[in-house]
Amino acid sequence: MKQNWLPRTVLFISAMVFIVAGFSSMAFGKDKLKIGFVYVSPIGDAGWTYQHDLGRLAVEKNLGDKVSTKFIESVPEGAEAERVIRDLAKSGYKLIFTTSFGYMNPTLKVAKLFPKTIFEHSTGYKLAKNVGTYMCRFYEGRYLTGIIAGKMTKSNQLGYVAAFPIPEVIRGINAFTLGAKSVNPDIRVKVIWVNSWFDPGKEREASEALIDQGVDVITHHTDSTAPVMTAEEKGVYAIGYHSDMSKYGPNAQLTATTHVWGDYYTKVARQVLDGTWKSTAVWGGIKDGMIKLAPISKKVPADVVELVKKTQKSIADGSFHPFTGPIRRQDGKLLVKAGKHLTDKDLLGMNYYVEGIIGSIPK
Amino acid sequence: MVFKIEPRPVPSRQMKYFSPLIAALLMLVSGLLIFTLLGKNPVNAFYAFFIEPVNDFYGIGELFIKASPLMLIGIGLAIGFKANIWNIGAEGQLTMGAIFGGGVAIYFNGSTSFFILPGMFLAGIAGGMFWASIPAFLKIRYNANEILVSLMLNYVAVLILSLLIHGPWKDPQGYGFPQSVLFSESALLPVMVEGTRLHAGVLISFAAVGVGWIFLLRSFIGYQLQVSGLAINAASYAGFKYKKMIWIGLLAGGLTAGIAGVSEISGPIGQLLPSVSPGYGFAAIIVAYVGRLHPGGIFLSSLLMALLYLGGESAQMSLDLPSAVTGVFQGMLLFYLLAADFLIHFQIRLKSTSALKGTRP
Repeated sequence: MKQNWLPRTVLFISAMVFIVAGFSSMAFGKDKLKIGFVYVSPIGDAGWTYQHDLGRLAVEKNLGDKVSTKFIESVPEGAEAERVIRDLAKSGYKLIFTTSFGYMNPTLKVAKLFPKTIFEHSTGYKLAKNVGTYMCRFYEGRYLTGIIAGKMTKSNQLGYVAAFPIPEVIRGINAFTLGAKSVNPDIRVKVIWVNSWFDPGKEREASEALIDQGVDVITHHTDSTAPVMTAEEKGVYAIGYHSDMSKYGPNAQLTATTHVWGDYYTKVARQVLDGTWKSTAVWGGIKDGMIKLAPISKKVPADVVELVKKTQKSIADGSFHPFTGPIRRQDGKLLVKAGKHLTDKDLLGMNYYVEGIIGSIPK
Repeated sequence: MVFKIEPRPVPSRQMKYFSPLIAALLMLVSGLLIFTLLGKNPVNAFYAFFIEPVNDFYGIGELFIKASPLMLIGIGLAIGFKANIWNIGAEGQLTMGAIFGGGVAIYFNGSTSFFILPGMFLAGIAGGMFWASIPAFLKIRYNANEILVSLMLNYVAVLILSLLIHGPWKDPQGYGFPQSVLFSESALLPVMVEGTRLHAGVLISFAAVGVGWIFLLRSFIGYQLQVSGLAINAASYAGFKYKKMIWIGLLAGGLTAGIAGVSEISGPIGQLLPSVSPGYGFAAIIVAYVGRLHPGGIFLSSLLMALLYLGGESAQMSLDLPSAVTGVFQGMLLFYLLAADFLIHFQIRLKSTSALKGTRP
């Protein structure tokens, strides 16, 4: 009998250890909301994904041990995304943020398989019972930065490095132009399309080409810091996008339109924790704290800063809309009458330039 | 004392087939070392990287979905590589295949005809082969370097896709976003196992491994390709037509890449997007090499490469490692393989300096 005693005890003890370990991990994991984030590019230290990751960190800070978060970076749009999103859902992530337009259909496919998991997709337009969408009104920030650019330019020529000719990007170019024209009617905006969201080489070339053509304020709707860095080297001004890029252009950057996701992410996580979440299409702007300007450079005169602050306030309280008429299309045809402004539906489908922009939208 | 590199009189034949295994083993050991240095428990890390991604049916399905295009293209490229025809343009040929096949799906959108899917594949094959025929023609006619031409055409193909997706093929209901309509049911490959994404395109890849094996190892053309690759003068002395080898070598890659492109859009993606491949055309070059240009080897190496991709994602999720870990593993695998191959053909000898002096003229 004696020789059987030891192995059995060992077996028994190890079984107990496993059971206890299993239970305790369940007990600890029970109340925590696991939140997953899917990123399209590496986090880096500026840009679209970086801003989302700041949002994730804000959730962790605001909600502490009620949540645990996880991100998967550099997930290609297309066949890969569906697997990554599904894996997160399968591993018990109950709230999943998918932060790029190309994740729209994969998110919806996975959402069908996991009806109890809540998905939030950024910049898309398809909703489902457990899929909400969110986006920010980038154009509000664009209008404000346009005012600064219009006041600071000497050559009256502004440059815009743009990614793809989709409504989101075109809306930004138009808002920037309208902002600049509101303070400087002679302004001309030149656009170069680089057909990529992130390509520092092409963004640099485009910026150099614009500067060679006499542009003295550069802005961009791409992900890298190359346009701001090029402006710094060539001694012209720049307006950053996504993140504060003053680190890359301490003399060049006048300000930047930045996205702030932290408050929104925290709000959604709270709603999910309380069980009050509902599928909605959120389009938040300055009012909701989702769009902020980076600190304005000391080179900008005080009266201009004052004007920007005033406009910012009137956008926030709803008394002013950046797309308020009279607005003319590029060919001079009246688009919006004085006193009216474009509706959200018009903005979402925007596929034309306003007056003051040079060139045509690639078809 | 100095090290001297000398060619081996007779490179070992067995080692040629063992070297991928040695490389994989060294990759594992280095990987575990890296995990340990990063403060991760190497056993957990190993589990997360290599076991967790495939511990259920869905995961195994994903492994084959990911390996399928690599396997298919790897076979096609190996046929060219055997004859020293360097087709670096599989990514573009895949994209062209997706454009041609996707065009059929978009043009007949809503139709329920049985012939749509076969039509897509035929169109995709035509697209892939058309794109591969450009470097073939330019090489034969003007002796243009096929590496450069095929590489550059990758970018052209992706830009053509982008043009179509931003223009005529844009989903009219898509708020101007650059993607096509979702394909109708008749243009999608059937899913073979319920609860996974494993689509019938995987069967095509398996078939390609079989056909590739017969073609490369049991056919006269395969033999001609190999001789042309080993000794071009001997091949022409034997009357083998080098032009024919160029055509076959490049078109085989175009054909398989075209099929892979259609499989992707009619399988896991289900529509045309601005980018249809996360670099399969390039990864397949590594697959073909690690697989020793042998269909059986390519089958195994495509599964290994696919596992590295999946493992990288899983490592992000359970170990908080950055996504770069996938690239590190793939890089190590190729590095060790090249090192092992080098040592098959060369040996490093320790020589005393005096002996060396003696040999100098």
